[in-house]
Amino acid sequence: MHRCDSVPAVFTVRPAVAVVAITASAVLGACGGSSGGAPPLDVAAATSLKPALVDHPPAFSAAHVRVALAGSDQLAAQIRAGGRPDVFAAANAKLPEALFAEGLVARPVAFARNELVLAVPTGSTRVRTLADLAAGGVTIAIGASGVPVGSYTAKVLDRLAPAQRAAIRRNVRSEEPDVAGVVGKLAQGAVDAGFVYRTDVRAASGRIRAITLPTALQPQVVYEAAVVRGGDNPRQAAAYLAMLRGAAGQSALRRAGFLPPP
Amino acid sequence: MTRGGPFALACGLLLALTAAFLLLPLIGILTNVPPGELIDGLRDPSARDALRLSLETSTAALLLIVVCGTPAAWLLATRRFPGRGLLITVIELPLVLPPAVAGIGLLAALGPHGLLGSALDDAGLRLVLQTAGVVVALTFVASPFYIRQAIAGFEALDPQLLAASRTLGAGEARTFLRVGVPLTRHALAAGAALAWGRALGEFGATLLFAGSLRGVTQTAPLAIYERFSTSFTGALSLSVVLIAASVAVLATTRLATRSADADA
Repeated sequence: MHRCDSVPAVFTVRPAVAVVAITASAVLGACGGSSGGAPPLDVAAATSLKPALVDHPPAFSAAHVRVALAGSDQLAAQIRAGGRPDVFAAANAKLPEALFAEGLVARPVAFARNELVLAVPTGSTRVRTLADLAAGGVTIAIGASGVPVGSYTAKVLDRLAPAQRAAIRRNVRSEEPDVAGVVGKLAQGAVDAGFVYRTDVRAASGRIRAITLPTALQPQVVYEAAVVRGGDNPRQAAAYLAMLRGAAGQSALRRAGFLPPP
Repeated sequence: MTRGGPFALACGLLLALTAAFLLLPLIGILTNVPPGELIDGLRDPSARDALRLSLETSTAALLLIVVCGTPAAWLLATRRFPGRGLLITVIELPLVLPPAVAGIGLLAALGPHGLLGSALDDAGLRLVLQTAGVVVALTFVASPFYIRQAIAGFEALDPQLLAASRTLGAGEARTFLRVGVPLTRHALAAGAALAWGRALGEFGATLLFAGSLRGVTQTAPLAIYERFSTSFTGALSLSVVLIAASVAVLATTRLATRSADADA
């Protein structure tokens, strides 16, 4: 395990050497300032988990947690390319299960559910219902097909009549790489509507408003997480997963608006 | 002057290390998959859409930059006036500004909720999430690469030559067009190549300001990002095209700079 305790010692050597040594230690395994000796735990998490895991994170003392956020598909691609975070927390079950089948992660566990909603900028009246999306001149942002929020959106659209689906598709102005891109375009008023998670609307603190989808259209949105094989801290990673499913994790997720796992 | 010695050896080693480090990712891309698969990756219509859009938007941005930037650079190079230094700093700012900041800034200025948003809307001009918005983002980030080079080129002109042109009765516009631009053409070409290369690689400002939609706003770098998760080989194919373009840009710049040095 890389420790940071030895770093101050390099200050006694000549400045040029010290700079190299500090840079090297930063590159080879930077430790967080307040880690207090706990090992770092790298959590690669879906962008939509930000409010629950980053903004108001659950207490976890076994490790110094560092969360890297991106679209779940980008994170999965990084793991396939050889990246080794300790934990992979995705906004669907498909990607962790695929990585499990490829032997890259241990068996995934479900830890939360979410709800897909139609979101509009607060104060905008252009779109009031799903049917309004098909009107001419309406602009829409969705997630790209690979990212979970995009594939959930595709599921919703696939359940509509072909003509309505085609009309809505024609109004799509951007396919964003993750849900934060959709929220950003909505909050800036760059589009009239977009498909995001219920938790994103809550985290956007009033800038966007949710329109609930009809139950028949609502896809099953289950978040699964897994310990990445070959990570530095498998024990702490397993503990983090247990925490997510335990009282502390569930309470943080519930505060952010997530639903309990199925 | 002494040759050899431990210092020269250390310099040589660090040079080799630097060159190897900078070359490694390119070798990685070129050796990751067989050339046949790389070519197959470009058969995908979405790859061609992205390359076509990149070519169109970067060319449009370059035209805007050259048309507006050349006279602007002429003024900055041939006049001394209060605030000139500040103006040059403003023009050079996008060189070091993070592209994400450029994208947010463009949204805050030209977006629907932005400074000029309602004025643009009244004029029927929509830039956000449009191809025109991509051109705006590329123009913003790439213009200093051209303008800097143009200022340097104009400043290197022999002042007596310009004075002679004016003495012979040529007005300022004629001096600029018939003497200034032709004599600095190599420096201008080098700047144009660099600006085009920067525009071709733009990612962050484009994504934030113009979004990502196939055929409309999804340029080659945005397509690479999307394909990273869906088709790694496809992402590599597009990367190879951009590497070739980058090499061409640098070759053009070197040739043009050498010719410019020969002119001087």
